[in-house]
Amino acid sequence: MWRWMLAGVIAVQAAAQTEADPAAARRIFEAQCALCHGQTGGGGRGPALNRPKLSKAPDDAAIRIIIREGLPPDMPGAWQLHPTEVAALAAYVRSLGTVAPETLPGDKGRGARLYQSKGCAGCHIVAGKGEGFGPELSDIGVRRSAAYLRQTILKPSANLPEGFQYIAATPASGSAVRGIRVNEDSFTIQLKAAGGRFFSFRKAELKDLRRLEKETPMPAYEGQLTPAEVDDLVSYLASLKEKP
Amino acid sequence: MKWFAALVCASAFAQVPYERIVNAAREPGNWLTYSGSYLGQRYSPLTELTPANVSSLRVKWAFQMDTRLQVSPIVVDGVMYVTGPNSAAALDLRTGRPLWRWSRPLPKDYQSIGFGRVNRGPAILDNQIFVATLDCYLVALDAQSGVERWSAKVEDYKVGYSMTLAPLAIRGKVLVGVSGGEAGIRGFVDAYDARTGSRAWRFYTIPGPGEPGHNTWSEASWKTGGGSTWVTGSYDPDTNTVYWGVGNPGPDWNPDSRPGDNLYTCSLLALDGDTGKLKWHFQFTPHDSHDWDSAHVPVLFEANVRGTRRKLVAVANRNAFYYALDRTTGEFVAGRPYARQTWAKGLDDSGRPIVIPGTEPSEQGTLVWPNLNGATVWFSPAYSPQTEWIYVATREIASIYFKRRAEYQPATFFAGGGEASVPGNQPSGAIRALEASTGQLRWEFPLHSAPWAGVLATGGDLVFSGSDEGNFFALDARTGKPLWDFQTGGRIAANPISFAIDGSQCIAIAAGSVLYVFGR
Repeated sequence: MWRWMLAGVIAVQAAAQTEADPAAARRIFEAQCALCHGQTGGGGRGPALNRPKLSKAPDDAAIRIIIREGLPPDMPGAWQLHPTEVAALAAYVRSLGTVAPETLPGDKGRGARLYQSKGCAGCHIVAGKGEGFGPELSDIGVRRSAAYLRQTILKPSANLPEGFQYIAATPASGSAVRGIRVNEDSFTIQLKAAGGRFFSFRKAELKDLRRLEKETPMPAYEGQLTPAEVDDLVSYLASLKEKP
Repeated sequence: MKWFAALVCASAFAQVPYERIVNAAREPGNWLTYSGSYLGQRYSPLTELTPANVSSLRVKWAFQMDTRLQVSPIVVDGVMYVTGPNSAAALDLRTGRPLWRWSRPLPKDYQSIGFGRVNRGPAILDNQIFVATLDCYLVALDAQSGVERWSAKVEDYKVGYSMTLAPLAIRGKVLVGVSGGEAGIRGFVDAYDARTGSRAWRFYTIPGPGEPGHNTWSEASWKTGGGSTWVTGSYDPDTNTVYWGVGNPGPDWNPDSRPGDNLYTCSLLALDGDTGKLKWHFQFTPHDSHDWDSAHVPVLFEANVRGTRRKLVAVANRNAFYYALDRTTGEFVAGRPYARQTWAKGLDDSGRPIVIPGTEPSEQGTLVWPNLNGATVWFSPAYSPQTEWIYVATREIASIYFKRRAEYQPATFFAGGGEASVPGNQPSGAIRALEASTGQLRWEFPLHSAPWAGVLATGGDLVFSGSDEGNFFALDARTGKPLWDFQTGGRIAANPISFAIDGSQCIAIAAGSVLYVFGR
């Protein structure tokens, strides 16, 4: 008898613990997740979550694990959250996907042709094709929102990713080298210059080391593309979801 | 032939009585206790390496383990003793070749709540090596064979107790402290009889009913009050006093259930070595809500303070303030911030922080410097009696602190919140030289990111430390000028040591899962 009653109590407690409080979950999301995923889950530095299917989290259990443990190296785990909060948050994240995803105005087929004709492949790799100077774009549609992609195409310097630095390094003898910082420690810095050549310098031996704030080798396409062309290109990039 | 003779000597005289550790400075070719001496200075009196010749350092040998290493080794008479989590090895000091290995299986249901699966080093006394294990046993190994002589259960790992620290061996006793400050433990410092493994004394860092300080907790909050003791203490043999730092109160970021100062969390304790009786305490962060454990190696030294020679103990605290205290009485002597902080206006005349309102964690998040790992953490500072400066690996990093519900359940996180990084805030760091008696900055060497490596000072006026990007480097102790650096290829989260191989000065540091030994 006692055992049955006890079992009943435990069952009630368990139900109470898994009951999601959407308002509380939303507060947690806005306070801790929105920094990267956007206030409404539309993405930003992190991927958009307002999609019916999350490629790395097919079900609620998987969402809970990712929330708790994170996705190294970019996403920290929220181990400090209570299991009830994690469950509520997972339900909230899933509810974001039931909102109709953004309908993009452009045509992805035309966007794909523009991608080639405007020379994007001269710096970026998609599905194994292109040059590796800039970041790979094979799954950029999962990692960046359409709004972010649009802004980056028009004015890339306004939207630089965390940790990105464009550097001008002047050795004691020889001319200055401009390149993307690929690594740095307290004593040395490694750059990738246009054309893909790597340079390595000891910082103490440089005549000048300038961090070019708000600069990037990627050209701004504002005024270079028509609004319709930008729509097409965004539509194409947003459709890139998987690495080969 | 010479090698053979040395080996024979090593086995005959490998015993390390207490008196040898007390007088460790007389045999600088060895490294006999966690901090090099009981005083917690991480200072090697060896003078062979100097600013003029340190650039000729090269790797002599390396030893790999299948785990990331945070070990500060022990070196005795031609043998180096190292540890990993639940494992230990004795290495030939000339070659790094293992002489014996020991390991203890980790129970399948073991979990680390709030920290990494690491071990920070062994201790030695007489003919035994002492290792603290993750599943919370203190184990005594025969120094010659690695054979287990005894093991003592310190506490139950199943409810969150664990150990990562190097034990501290004093006269006849081995001292340990516990991790578990995020699991609602009640912390303590323990002493065990070095011969038998029976417990000699225990000092609870959270006072129970009827004990002084109990009234700084409300209701039952003391039972889950935290107060871990996870970093090796220091020892004054003249007064038989153990100095030991105490960790954060629990739950970490939600202090609502524990109004009051929450003694002795975030404090330094002075304990009698024979009995564990409290001589005095000093609390750095009363009623902490930012996880600022005072888990540091206390540095013991003497200095002139306003014309009087005084025995002091110094702590560069996780809360970003530097403190010098009278080590006989615990009286506050001097203190000031040594890293950026935004939570206190300063310290009052007694050393208590003048807290700025609104800096506690909140539901929507509160931006505070430093972050939860603090302006420095467990890794050791160094003190040079030549410069009378303390060298601190310093972290410059902010975070957004969140407060959440906390509900105690055994063997789960009892944290009540957490932190998020501040967008656009690029963490940095520095090695800072501080005048030991005042904390005044004398120089700094900037680091690319917030460090996790300790500092070593040497008699040749050098300072060694490491970076999170794998740089191991030497600085001029008087100017901070960089003199030598080596890319180890692994993140450095360990303390350097110095010793001699065949009379020639060497430096050791763990990086990633490799232990490197450098010499000329």
